[in-house]
Order: sequence, then structure tokens, then C-alpha cells
Amino acid sequence: MSLINQRFRGPWTLFKKEILRFWRVSFQTVAAPVMTVLLYLLIFSHVLGGRVEVYPGVPYTVFLIPGLIMMSVLQNAFANSSSSLIQSKVMGNIIFVLLTPLSYLEFFLAFLAASIVRGLAVGFSIYLVAICFIHLPVTHPLFILGFAVFGSGMLGAFGIIAGLWAEKFDQMAAFQNFVIMPLSFLSGVFYSIHSLPEFWQKVSHLNPFFYMIDGFRYGFFGQGDISPWFSLSVVLVSFIALSLITLGMLKAGYKLRG
Amino acid sequence: MNPAIKIEQVHKQFGALKALNGVDLTIEQGEFFALLGPNGAGKSTLINLLAGLSRPTSGKLSVMGYDVMAQYGQARHALGVVPQELVFDPFFNVREMLRFQAGYFGKGAENDAWIDEVIESLGLTDKAGTNMRRLSGGMKRRALIAQALVHKPPVIVLDEPTAGVDVELRHMLWEFIKRLNREGHTIILTTHYLEEAETLCSRVALLKQGEVIALDSTKNLLASMPGKKLRLKLAGVLPASLKEMLRQQEHYDYTLSLNAIHQLEYVLAELRNANVFVEDMQLIEPDLEDVFVDLMGRK
Repeated sequence: MSLINQRFRGPWTLFKKEILRFWRVSFQTVAAPVMTVLLYLLIFSHVLGGRVEVYPGVPYTVFLIPGLIMMSVLQNAFANSSSSLIQSKVMGNIIFVLLTPLSYLEFFLAFLAASIVRGLAVGFSIYLVAICFIHLPVTHPLFILGFAVFGSGMLGAFGIIAGLWAEKFDQMAAFQNFVIMPLSFLSGVFYSIHSLPEFWQKVSHLNPFFYMIDGFRYGFFGQGDISPWFSLSVVLVSFIALSLITLGMLKAGYKLRG
Repeated sequence: MNPAIKIEQVHKQFGALKALNGVDLTIEQGEFFALLGPNGAGKSTLINLLAGLSRPTSGKLSVMGYDVMAQYGQARHALGVVPQELVFDPFFNVREMLRFQAGYFGKGAENDAWIDEVIESLGLTDKAGTNMRRLSGGMKRRALIAQALVHKPPVIVLDEPTAGVDVELRHMLWEFIKRLNREGHTIILTTHYLEEAETLCSRVALLKQGEVIALDSTKNLLASMPGKKLRLKLAGVLPASLKEMLRQQEHYDYTLSLNAIHQLEYVLAELRNANVFVEDMQLIEPDLEDVFVDLMGRK
């Protein structure tokens, strides 16, 4: 066994454990989000399909899918790191990781990577199910991948922050329901922000989820509300900023090491 | 040779509360050491500082010569901690949990033979594939001990390892811990069972309100209590002249404290004068509990 392999075995183990943790309950962590999205699709396409056309030549049901995929990617990436941390803290088993020589950076990378994997696994599963019923064009696959990876990374980091901050499940639920849900529902998943009054369009530009959804959707249709490069820059800057905050909290041992 | 543990002028403050107040302690390699004290004395705080779960307000701590802050990687490699609470990860079985724990320390498949050995030594072979949730309290305790050993640390800290454990398992754990010590591991034990510390440990530190109030070999601490205890079962009431020596009373069972053995004659004479018959009598050597009670009351 080379030294390099041994060096990375610690964070690799933590990453593997985090992957197994959500995979052991994959009905809840992967299948359930797919089902939720299918229900959204069924209801919205039934109610609005044929009446609304957001982009020229793109039926509403097709328009919906990328936004719903990205919303699920983001919510699940957040749920992965945040739920793992809060559970470990409440149950006390976080001590098993804290007693090890893993550095704060290794801890961060393992949790972040696992969040990205869960986000992508959920997103890809929804995509596979969706294309069984609906033709979904893929215009810029690299944009799709880029927004999915950095978006889930950003929410993975945000999940670590929430998991560190929260001391009970109630606080975590508040974070999920009062921060993540409104930001994702008001990000243009179900509409183009051009359909909003000017004031609300400006408000939408303050929501980082809007850039992730719009950029991701651009990857499919080649059209969006704003430039995908600008969206990608916003996502990257937000990802880096949140990562730095998370690293700072981990380095300080915030609510982990007294 | 570096000491297994070196603690120098360690202070730890939680707001206004001084949990540790200038603790100095050196534990040599290969020692079987007891850390005793009442609840709130600072034992767990000290262990948390050693394990890096908490940071000292001031002072230095090292494990096998590695500073727990500046060289935390090496220090944590050298330390195995068995926590007091029965914590576990409900997603995994015993073997998976041990493999993960070893993996965090950079150990892979080459360590599996050692994991098997630990599992066997702790009587966990039948439960290796069982989810942690389904284990009894005693089995969970064994799994926690196994978890602290998977990376073969030279120093092992056991925080109340036998709390809430039945007699049979307690003895099994004692034997296992003694074996680890014979094999060269330094053992640091905190326990509420003073007889456990007396039987197992060669040296003892007594903590009270964040300070070390006694640090000596178990033998010296016991020798520091010169007197003996006299347990009497009497046919009548203890004469008033002996009341000063009374330590404990339950009906006509009395425990008296003798400063020196010649006081025994005086006690018997007083009983004879008072016409009180002795139904049973036992002379008891002081134990660690007496030392503990004496020191806690005195300082």
C-alpha cells in the first residue's frame, strides 16, 4: 500500500460511509424524491400543460423537468450533509469521527463529495424516469453537469453549516422549511422570472437558487432568462464563499469541539 | 522515553466555571492508571482535552510526546478512547463500524486480521454481522471498546467502561483490559467502582473541583490510612464512650474507626464494662474508598 493511498484512506472512508448511509435508506433518499417529482409533473402538466408555453416551442411539461430535477438535486445535496451531521450530533456518534486524525479539510471534502453524489444520483434517477415519458433535449451537457456539480456542492456546504449550527431536529426542520424550500420554490422552477412583475424579477435575482435553476435549464434548451456564464459565475462564487465559511466553522470546531 | 501522557498546567474554563484548575499529571508508558473523583471533578473534561474533543483554556497536553493540538494527527493515532455513553451508528453492523473506524486512521484490508482478533477477544464473533441497534447494552459496550482498539493505539483511555455492566461482563472486561496492559498498552481508567481501581491500577490520581488532590501509587495511598475499621454485631446498644469512633450504624451493626490496632482492646473493655455482648466481629483493612472519602472530606 503506497503512502499516498494511506494518506487519503481516512477521508475516503468517511466519504464511503456517508454514501452507504444514504444508500442503506435509498427508498427514502433516492426513490422518494423521484416519486415527488413525478407527482409534481403529473399535476402541473395536467393543470397547465397546453395552456402555458414559457419558451417558444417548449411545452410546459418539458420546461418543468429540468427545474424539478435541479430543485431535487439541490434539496437532496443539502439533506445529505445536514441530516447526517445532525443525526450524528444528536446520537453522539459524531465522536467516532472527532477522535480520529481526520483534518477539518478532509472532513469537509468527504461530506461535500457525498452530498454531490447524492444530489447527482437523485437528479440522474429523475432524468432517467422522465425521459421514459417525455422527450427532453440536451443542448449543452457540460452546463448541465457543471450546474449540477457546483449547485449540489454549494448546497452540500450549506448543509454542513446547518448541521453544525442546529442542535436539534426541530432547528434543522426550520432551516429546511423556512430557508431551503422558499428559496427553491421561488427560484423559477415552475415559471420564467420574465413572467413576474419587475419588482419580483429583481428580488429573484437575489436568490442564488434562481441562477442554478436557470443555468441548468439552459443546458437542456439552450435558452434561459439570463446568460449561463453569469449564472455559473454566481454559483461558483457562492460555492466558494459557503465552502470558506464551512471550513472556518470546522477549523474552529464550531459546536463540535468545546 | 516519552511519557504516555503529559499534562502541564492545564486550565479549562466554561464561562465562569473552572472545570480544570492547573492540572499537572504525567503517566508513564505501560502504567495502569486510575483517574478518580466525584461527579463534576473534571475527569471527563480532562479526557476530552486529551482526545481533542475539547480545547484547553491554557496549558499543554501530549500523548506519547505528541502535542494534542499542534500534532493532533500523531496524538490521536496514539490514543484510543472508550467513551462513557453508549453511542453507536444505527446504520451499520459491528464489523462495518470497526472497518470504518480503522479506515479513518488510514488502515485498510491489511488490518482486518486485527479487527477479527479484537472481535473474538471481546466475545463479539456471533454479533459481528448484527446491526448496532440490535445489540444489548453489554454488547454495545464491548463494541465501543473494540472501536477504540482498531487502530492499535499504545494508550487507551476507558471512561467508566463498566458502568451499568453486569458482574460477569465486568470481570470479562477486567481480564481483557489487564491483558492489554500486559501486552504493553498504557491504560487510563476512570471509574466509580473504587474496588475496580484498587484491583487493577498501580497508580491513582484523585481529582476534586478541577484539581489533583492526590497522586500516588495505590499501595502508598492505602498505606496513608493508618487505621482500620472494626465491624461489630452487638447484642445491645453501643456504649456512649465509643460513640466518637462510630462511622456507620445499621440496627445493632456498628462500624467503628480505629486509629491504631491497640484501640481494639479499649473497645472490647468498654463493651465488657457496659455488659454488651459481641455476636460477631470483623477487622477490616482500609480500602481506596476510605482514602477517597477521607481525602475528599479533608481537602
